[in-house]
Amino acid sequence: MARLIRTEKEVEGRYEEVWLVVEEDVLEQWPAGAREIVGRPATRIDGLERARGEAVYTADLKLPGMLHTAVLRSPYAHARVARIDLAPALTMPGVHAAIGPGELDVLVEECGFHGAAIAAVCADTYAQARAALSRVEVDFEQLEVLIDPDEAVARGQLLGEPRVRERGDLDRGLAEADVVVMGEYTTQVVLHNSMETHQAVVQWLGDSLEVFISTQYIWGVRDEIASTLGLPGDKVRVVCNYMGGGFGSKNGADDYTFIAIELAKRTRRPVRCALTRREENLATGNRNATIQRLTIGARADGTLTALGGEYVNATGWGGWSSPVEGPMQMLYACENVKTTTWAAKINQPPMKAFRAPGFVEGTFGLESLLDVLAAKLDIDPLDLRRRNHAQHDGADGRPYSGKNLLECYRRAEPHWERRHEVRARSTGTVKRGVGMASQIWYGGGGPPSYAWVRVGSDGRAAVVTAMQDLGTGTRTAMAQIAAEELGIPLDHVTVSLGDSARGPFASISAGSSTTPSMGPAVRAAAADARRQIEEIAAQRGTPDAPLAEIVGLLEDAQILGKGGRGPNPTGMQVLTFGVQVAEVAVDIETGEVWVDRIAAVHDVGRVINPLGASSQIEGGIIQGIGHTLSEHRLHDPRTGQILTTSLDAYKLPTFADVPVIVSELIDEPDAQLTNLGSKGLGEPPIIPTAAAISNAIRDATGAEVHQLPISREEMLRALREAAAREKVGAPAGV
Amino acid sequence: MPTSRRSPLLRLEVNDHVYELHAEVGTTLAEALRDDLALTGTKVACAEGHCGSCTVLVDGVPTLSCITLVHSVADAKVTTIEGLRDHQMVHAFVREDALQCGFCTPGQIVSAVALVGATPKPSTDEIRHAMAGNLCRCGAYPKIEEAIRTWQD
Ligand code: FES
Ligand code: FES
Repeated sequence: MARLIRTEKEVEGRYEEVWLVVEEDVLEQWPAGAREIVGRPATRIDGLERARGEAVYTADLKLPGMLHTAVLRSPYAHARVARIDLAPALTMPGVHAAIGPGELDVLVEECGFHGAAIAAVCADTYAQARAALSRVEVDFEQLEVLIDPDEAVARGQLLGEPRVRERGDLDRGLAEADVVVMGEYTTQVVLHNSMETHQAVVQWLGDSLEVFISTQYIWGVRDEIASTLGLPGDKVRVVCNYMGGGFGSKNGADDYTFIAIELAKRTRRPVRCALTRREENLATGNRNATIQRLTIGARADGTLTALGGEYVNATGWGGWSSPVEGPMQMLYACENVKTTTWAAKINQPPMKAFRAPGFVEGTFGLESLLDVLAAKLDIDPLDLRRRNHAQHDGADGRPYSGKNLLECYRRAEPHWERRHEVRARSTGTVKRGVGMASQIWYGGGGPPSYAWVRVGSDGRAAVVTAMQDLGTGTRTAMAQIAAEELGIPLDHVTVSLGDSARGPFASISAGSSTTPSMGPAVRAAAADARRQIEEIAAQRGTPDAPLAEIVGLLEDAQILGKGGRGPNPTGMQVLTFGVQVAEVAVDIETGEVWVDRIAAVHDVGRVINPLGASSQIEGGIIQGIGHTLSEHRLHDPRTGQILTTSLDAYKLPTFADVPVIVSELIDEPDAQLTNLGSKGLGEPPIIPTAAAISNAIRDATGAEVHQLPISREEMLRALREAAAREKVGAPAGV
Repeated sequence: MPTSRRSPLLRLEVNDHVYELHAEVGTTLAEALRDDLALTGTKVACAEGHCGSCTVLVDGVPTLSCITLVHSVADAKVTTIEGLRDHQMVHAFVREDALQCGFCTPGQIVSAVALVGATPKPSTDEIRHAMAGNLCRCGAYPKIEEAIRTWQD
């Protein structure tokens, strides 16, 4: 039965209060442990078509008569278009239309960042569109560039009010402390660089619009386009069957989709607008840089008495203020906590969510400084974390729906114990060490989300829902859940997704929410179908007959089950937890850092597919290593122009950078959460990696790194600083 | 896509099939495969030779099709992922979960097939060396390595 509730909705750490009609969740959870299908490793049901190159991505789509678009983007970080003339472009071969500022909201006259879209041309081929674009005449008036986030804060050039979160009394907590440590940490801009760039192919069919797009949220794109264009939602069909990665950057329609829609309207032809890799590195979002000024106070026994943080998000020309203070607010029990977070509006490309936005950066600062405290107190870092374990949410006192962080710590012990042996393997200038860091994040998902399940007389089932699979293995997990509930083999289930016109609403695939949001809806739909089949069996007087026998009677009749995602437990905080232990080697002469091994233990409730889960963990850790050691989007500090726009300049992790990765999951269903007890795993694994590595470096060398990426310069700076500290005998970390 | 009338006829052998096409001078092999021959299994992620997604075999040698001019391979044998669909390596990738989004995967498989063609049982170092030019943003590397190590199983 449907029910109207007032509830909090969380996406990527941002909360909204909303009224929601939700379905009652009447199913009991399955008992813990592997089932017939759920909880057992399954290879991807769409693996073969992806591996064989048969899966059609947006990038592969070619509609009859389709035109190609090239977009003129600002070469300056801050400039006004003083004059623009599109006419010369229109005379070029193959060109069908051109649009500029004033003709479309996403084409701007005042460009606040290098890469802002100004004009667009479409032609028969991309080469023609590009050639024509170079004929557009444009004069810029360059404006004053503001790049330094601290200066933006000082000038009050902010995106929104500073966010202050306070409990207890920070000053009192500091007065009660036996030891106070302080540190400033900075993190760099990193880029999503999904292998498939942002792109859309659109066509008008009468007054309806079809949008093929590489997106994490087909319903969101549908609604965004419909409301912008003033169309009824069902006049906009959004399709994304396969996509080549998103990592948080593909949650909306963005400039390229609206450009394609307008050009398609003007030319009455299908239009593709695909970003090049270089545009991708300018204008599709990023994990913004941060500055973190942190203070921790503790008693001699390690009890935290005060946590203070001043955080500056170098947000860019647009975007939102990521919850970089989240880990300080949430990770440990502490009565006196105060954080202030500013979002600096600067002449840099706008941020977007990137796999656990804010928490990756904030965990690096907090967990690095916590190890400085541990050293000062001479307490084992793992013990220190245990002593400050939070029993309930510190900010509002809410209980956790389920928390197994202590169990994660226990399971991490054998990895942590390796540190004596690892250190002993140091030779000459190569020092080795082990570090750890904890992880906290959301990942509970929430309503609404719906699924249908249809069962035919062949005993096979199809799950139909308008969700998307960005490469995380969603199709497979949903098939496992339906097969388990129906009691049929996995290969008897297909999953139809990725089309807003062919399935009910499904949530965004972001914030580690897909499995916890969609999984319970799929199970409910399968259970609804199963109940109907059982009713038929009972009517025939064969209540125990197998499903195949009953549905075999159906001929063309079908069993249609529907299910919705039930509410989250009221008054509870639904979170994911974990810990990672890193082993590194540092050459103290060259500053080179190698990561040899990372052990990860995460608590995300019930695990649906252990094979896919281990892939998610590995992927998260590898991205985390890139973030820690090599990835760095550089800009010219004078002009604000972006310098690293290609994949040879921007250093993604390669095969050579991959350490031994050992992953474990607690796999204990969250008893309070839905009919599955599953939480999301997309983001948790990337969160503690940087801090675990920086703590391992400290363990190996005594040097405290304060900056990501840990370049050789930063490593050598930290080593020099440590040597100087040793000389004067100053205490660490102050 | 309309081709220029003036562009000469080009013979191209792909996956043991001979195609004839008109390609303008300057057309890359990736463009010809994807746009003219509709062989879209070959992916283009950077179009400037930095990522390995577009890897195909030219006379058995892994080659970045996005920076190879189609006219330069007129006399060669080109093998794309479409020509390797039934290769054991494809099944090894699926079995080991060596793909996530799958966009880099055809390029990875083509590189891996070339590697095991020359070295059927490559060592970890050989795998890492041979595959170093194939980026995977999803970070499927550990399982790709496992797939290559166990491809004959
Ligand atoms: S697409 Fe050819 S190397 Fe990247
Ligand atoms: S599987 Fe997504 S980039 Fe490799």
